[in-house]
Amino acid sequence: MKLTKSFNRSLWVFHLNTGSCNGCEIEIVATITPRYDPERFGIRLVGSPKHADVLLVTGPVTRKMAPKVRRVFEQVPDPKLVMCIGTCGQSGGVFYDSYNLDGPIDQVLPVDVYVPGCPPRPEAIIFGVVKAWEKLERLEAAQ
Amino acid sequence: MNGDTTKKSIPYTVPIGPVHPALKEPVMFTFQMEGEVVKSVDFAPGNTHRGIEWMGMRRNPVQIVHLTDRICGICGIVHSLSFARAVEQITEIEVPPRADYIRTILHELERIQSHLLWAGVAAHELGFDSLLFLAWRVREQSMDLIENLTGNRVNYGIVQIGGVRRDISNDQIPLIKQGLAYYRGLLDQMKTVFLDDSTIRMRCRGHGLLSYRDAQLLCAIGPTARASGVAMDVRHDYPYCAYGDLDVHPVLPPQEFGGPHGDVYDRIIVRLLEIAQSINIIQQCLDNLPAGEILWEKKLPKLLLTLKKAQGEAIGRVEAPRGECMHYVRMDGNDAPVTWKVKASSYSNLMSWIPMLKGEQLADVPIIVASIDPCMSCTDRVSVIRDGGSPGYLTKEELTRLSIEKTRRIEKCH
Repeated sequence: MKLTKSFNRSLWVFHLNTGSCNGCEIEIVATITPRYDPERFGIRLVGSPKHADVLLVTGPVTRKMAPKVRRVFEQVPDPKLVMCIGTCGQSGGVFYDSYNLDGPIDQVLPVDVYVPGCPPRPEAIIFGVVKAWEKLERLEAAQ
Repeated sequence: MNGDTTKKSIPYTVPIGPVHPALKEPVMFTFQMEGEVVKSVDFAPGNTHRGIEWMGMRRNPVQIVHLTDRICGICGIVHSLSFARAVEQITEIEVPPRADYIRTILHELERIQSHLLWAGVAAHELGFDSLLFLAWRVREQSMDLIENLTGNRVNYGIVQIGGVRRDISNDQIPLIKQGLAYYRGLLDQMKTVFLDDSTIRMRCRGHGLLSYRDAQLLCAIGPTARASGVAMDVRHDYPYCAYGDLDVHPVLPPQEFGGPHGDVYDRIIVRLLEIAQSINIIQQCLDNLPAGEILWEKKLPKLLLTLKKAQGEAIGRVEAPRGECMHYVRMDGNDAPVTWKVKASSYSNLMSWIPMLKGEQLADVPIIVASIDPCMSCTDRVSVIRDGGSPGYLTKEELTRLSIEKTRRIEKCH
């Protein structure tokens, strides 16, 4: 896992819904809009996991989505990070006793950064991406 | 996704989904294509099924209200209001008039933000990304208002059985008026941007057609049905909350645009006009806001005791931004309801994809799919998962058997 220089100014993000209620989705899209504008730091949403550095995972991972989540994770090229957005991905949240969950997300994927909230505010999501970035920098320094 | 669905002769099978960049939610489409033209389409929802109804039947109604918020992040008020109305009918709780008006104001603010959200998504599907950003920047104003009134941007948790949790103070009323003035000033600009643009007109006019008859046969609802000329709106046909006192009419595509065609363009018109209508409704509510209590019962233990004694069944109907949303609740004197059924608005609209997409080009699929404003997390009330990787379909016989079994199970509860 070697980091290239291009990481410094461009962190591309793919968003994956694993059965979320849409709340985190609209906050993620609100995050990339002009009021918050994280694109000035090179953070942007991309349309394919193959272009991404960071996987934003929302939702509690339903049983039907679990194999697809793994498949998308495998498609993200190394080095990669997984961010878990929202409370239901961390603990199940209000869906904790559901019969149809394979999650929380850390049961399915190795998660690097957790952003709690139901849903987290756009500021919190940006803060989470910054944390992910710091983790990548630490990895780079360790090389 | 499945290897057996792709064969190498005409018509070609093009699978899209369940994870794809166009829609933020997972849904699987299978298109039968002849060249660029869609011959037939099939779709498989069920990816976001979390078993909410099952969980609800193990919780008390005050807890369920928070669960209803999380059926769908965009329609927070809609589901909780619809559920609360069903329970209020069973227990004969009378909601104070002020709470009714506050519910109406928030309901309409939610409609404004939802329609603006949709306008942005539609612009993105058409390839106007700057318009997506403009629409969402404008939307932030309504999100600020909602945050100011409820304390949260999404999943507000403001509806309580028998009223609302937070009052609107006198300091907040000028803020709401300021927000309304902001949107009033923007409406003409938005109409120009969306409706006078020749590219948008060429992409949307005459595409994704849903005839008046198809809309009725497929039970389409909300803006999808109204764009096809079906004059229906729960706020007008079956007034709830404060709508009985207000002037609300179903919004149909106006004559100046050539009357209802039932295409994507008409759906844009209807949604833009509904933003104007919502502004009007909030203004009317603010002018007539009654004073008084905001809760039927402030003390939670007393409320829970009343709910525990409740017996009977009721349906709560609400006009969501996407159409009619319906909650059926049956209670039999226990903490939790015996039956809770959610019929979300998109459930009725999804089938209209099939006539809409037939004969269209593959490039038009994203905007036509987005034009009904689908919400899968609202809709997915069932999911069929079988071991061994089979596709998970139910045949009609199996479905009938399940239905009969459920009837027997409910009969036993009596």
